[in-house]
Amino acid sequence: MKTRPIHFAALAAMALVPAGLPLPTGLGMISDAGASPIREPQDAPKKKKKTIGTTKEAAPVELTPESVAAIQALANARQLTPDDLLAAAKTYVPSGRHDDYLLFSSGGHSGQVFVIGVPSMRLLRTIAVFTPEPWQGYGYGTGEDVLAGGDIPGQELRWGDTHHPALSETKGEYDGQFLFIGDKANARIAVIDLRDFETKQILKNPITMSDHGAAFVTPDTDYVIEGGQYAVPLGSGYAPGEDYQKTYRGMVTMWKFDRQAGRIDAAKSFALELPPYFQDLFDAGKLTSDGLFFGNSFNSELATGGVELGKPPFEAGTTQRDMDYLHVVDWRKAEAAFKAGKAKPINGFPVLGMDTLIADGILYLVPEPKSPHGVDVSPNGEFIVVAGKLDPHVTVYSTTKLRKAMANGKISSKDSYGLSILDFDACTEAQVELGLGPLHTQFGPDGYAYTSLFLDSAVARWTLGGDYASMHEEPSWQLVSKTPVQYNIGHLSAAEGDTVSPDGGYLVAMNKWSIDRFFQTGPLLPQNFQLLDISAPGTAMPVLYDSPIGVGEPHYAQMIKADKLRPWAVYPEIGWDPVKGAIDPAAPKPGHEKVVRDGNKVDVYMTVVRSHFTPENVELNEGDHVTWHLCSQERTVDATHGFCIAGYNINVSLEPGEAATIKFVADKPGTYPYYCTEFCSALHLEMLGYMRVKPATQSAVAAGK
Amino acid sequence: MIGPRVGAAELDRDRTRFALPALALAAARILLLSSVFLPYWSMVLEAPQYPDGLELVAYVNRLEGDVGEIDGLNHYIGMRPLNEAASMERAASVWMVIAMAVFIELAATIRSKWAALLALPVLMYPFGFLLDLQFWLWSHGSNLDPRAPLSSSVQPFVPPALGIGTIGQFRTLGVVKIGWWFACASSAATLVGLWFHRRAYKPLHDAMRGGGSRS
Repeated sequence: MKTRPIHFAALAAMALVPAGLPLPTGLGMISDAGASPIREPQDAPKKKKKTIGTTKEAAPVELTPESVAAIQALANARQLTPDDLLAAAKTYVPSGRHDDYLLFSSGGHSGQVFVIGVPSMRLLRTIAVFTPEPWQGYGYGTGEDVLAGGDIPGQELRWGDTHHPALSETKGEYDGQFLFIGDKANARIAVIDLRDFETKQILKNPITMSDHGAAFVTPDTDYVIEGGQYAVPLGSGYAPGEDYQKTYRGMVTMWKFDRQAGRIDAAKSFALELPPYFQDLFDAGKLTSDGLFFGNSFNSELATGGVELGKPPFEAGTTQRDMDYLHVVDWRKAEAAFKAGKAKPINGFPVLGMDTLIADGILYLVPEPKSPHGVDVSPNGEFIVVAGKLDPHVTVYSTTKLRKAMANGKISSKDSYGLSILDFDACTEAQVELGLGPLHTQFGPDGYAYTSLFLDSAVARWTLGGDYASMHEEPSWQLVSKTPVQYNIGHLSAAEGDTVSPDGGYLVAMNKWSIDRFFQTGPLLPQNFQLLDISAPGTAMPVLYDSPIGVGEPHYAQMIKADKLRPWAVYPEIGWDPVKGAIDPAAPKPGHEKVVRDGNKVDVYMTVVRSHFTPENVELNEGDHVTWHLCSQERTVDATHGFCIAGYNINVSLEPGEAATIKFVADKPGTYPYYCTEFCSALHLEMLGYMRVKPATQSAVAAGK
Repeated sequence: MIGPRVGAAELDRDRTRFALPALALAAARILLLSSVFLPYWSMVLEAPQYPDGLELVAYVNRLEGDVGEIDGLNHYIGMRPLNEAASMERAASVWMVIAMAVFIELAATIRSKWAALLALPVLMYPFGFLLDLQFWLWSHGSNLDPRAPLSSSVQPFVPPALGIGTIGQFRTLGVVKIGWWFACASSAATLVGLWFHRRAYKPLHDAMRGGGSRS
């Protein structure tokens, strides 16, 4: 008998494909914190849209005579030029569409990180880092352990001056997995996981008190670099100012990053002792300069201030000499020296002394025009651009020449600490005059570099030479154009503009002053992030959009292609502890909610789901030590609950699936409602309960009976 | 083998006539058994705050899709959890399907009109499935917990198993899926098989009734 297997198989295949066999719904395969942090792409296994229609296929847009007339009328009514209209069209992101890029911006002294969409410049989120933030529950019941990681003995530190965010990199490209950021004010470093955009770790630098070159990563994120700023005696002990040269020191710390764990491993980290030259920014080499990192400095004068004593103030003292020092560090040699046990502990933290740095050829100095600010490595790794700040030039060093000079011992002199100073002319490739107050440099895909000019209040586009010479029409090492920005630009951030393959297209000017750009919000004004269109070569580089930043004073930002990130829409499983990055075995489960008392220790196990807490009444006695376990049972995107307890300074955020543990002492008798602080449902108001704390006198009476 | 024997000569002369009912009924069995692995029915729920919609997918032995979220929403109106519906049917379904396949198998071997009786369950099965489904939709929609938060604002209702319905801000759309169509195709193949069966064997019965035995 003839069967028809082929026919049936075809039928079955046809049946399977349109049937859309249900996708595995659980993200249950995720069980540990770090393993290959990129897992489920948010939109790759995206459930197919179950609604009908609404496809957004790119069809040619036709402007009808009526719509042209409407635009014309609007332009007249609002006094918009054609350039204005184009700028608006380039930045407008219609509802429901997403931005192409994400700008991860320092939040300055807000101690936070801002996530801003580009080109819309909409603020998408803040990430609480060094500062408690109630919406995220950070420091109001949860996150205390993370924050405490940055404390110093005897002092909680609850603000930070975030300066330089650094996205994790793989082969010199942003990989979208982690973000690091430094706190200049207290020399701390934080690790943020970009699956849930939450701070996972804060580390206090054990040997110094302020940093600036933080954070920068090596091309594969083996190390997160934290360069110090204002020198102190290493270990931050007391030493009189007269001992500055002898006992004060700069430093750079190499924090070993454990990508698997998603944390810095302090036990495998170490620092380098540097002369007290006020190291400033750092950048890691890549490709041809891989294995090196670079940092600059602005106090080779060893000024100690003292304007109150009639001595030159720091601003004058640090600017006396024509040259400061670019620091060139061979970090692979430093790593080898550390592994060979050459580091000495300071405050329990291993530090490679300057004698080792000299003996092992780890650190070289190169003269640089005085008081520079940015030091930025070109995408191919060959050029190191130092911006003069007090010099109208950027000075471009060549990696090839630096390596040659180090190998051949092209030493022009030694500093007072015995460090070798390489010959300036032997190491430089070019000096390009750009204008007044050059600070920082970013790169495009087309051989252009972009430098912020603080005093000129402009962004300069200029040409690189070497392998880049053929990529642009203009001659190499030449200013191409300047676009005025409003006002006084600090950092600037081009799309992936500090990676091995910049994207071009967009550049954000991070302007320190806004003066007249926005409504006068009293005497304290926002900063102004201006979006520039750098997609066309040549002189055209128009400003598209002004975006006020009314929270803190951001410094640096990095702009990453949005589709590189793989954030979670909900936590992988119910009971997820975001800090541990794993299921919390103590997370309350439905049907097992309870209050367990052991003497004056009380454990509350509470589940949270729309629109009720279970239990809804919790009876405590004054003085109880309470551990309150919460667990969201939600699996739906954006079904977030809050949980606050009146009178106890507690508010936590419970994102779908999240487990949280709050600890406090019930030391204030009374009746305290708790409720959901997120508008989670139509019955959000009804999502409440009561915590009652019985006064000690009454509970004693009750116990006596 | 029940029923009249087919002579070797006749079998040789008219091979297709006797092969066709067996083939059609074999196809019916394959279709029926494979339908177990495929979704039979789904309901899509649309609402402003669910831009991607919610979907409930029914297989003969399980529910899939956004069951948790739909249950979560249903608790507001006091509807019982979805997995409390048709639990007996779902537990028995695979065995029932196997039994129906065995019945068709038997039908192929019975050379009499009683074969039609064995094929009856599979002929009715797709419609029985939908009727049962509608019964449970009625049962769930009509027996709401009066203590539920929205019990006063949502009256008992019966979502239609097929087509468009409305409840609160939700629009529901019930559709049969490929598994149900497999079951239907199985029914159709069974029907065709029975027709071929009659064509193949009725002449033999008629001949026997006529009194003469053929060689």
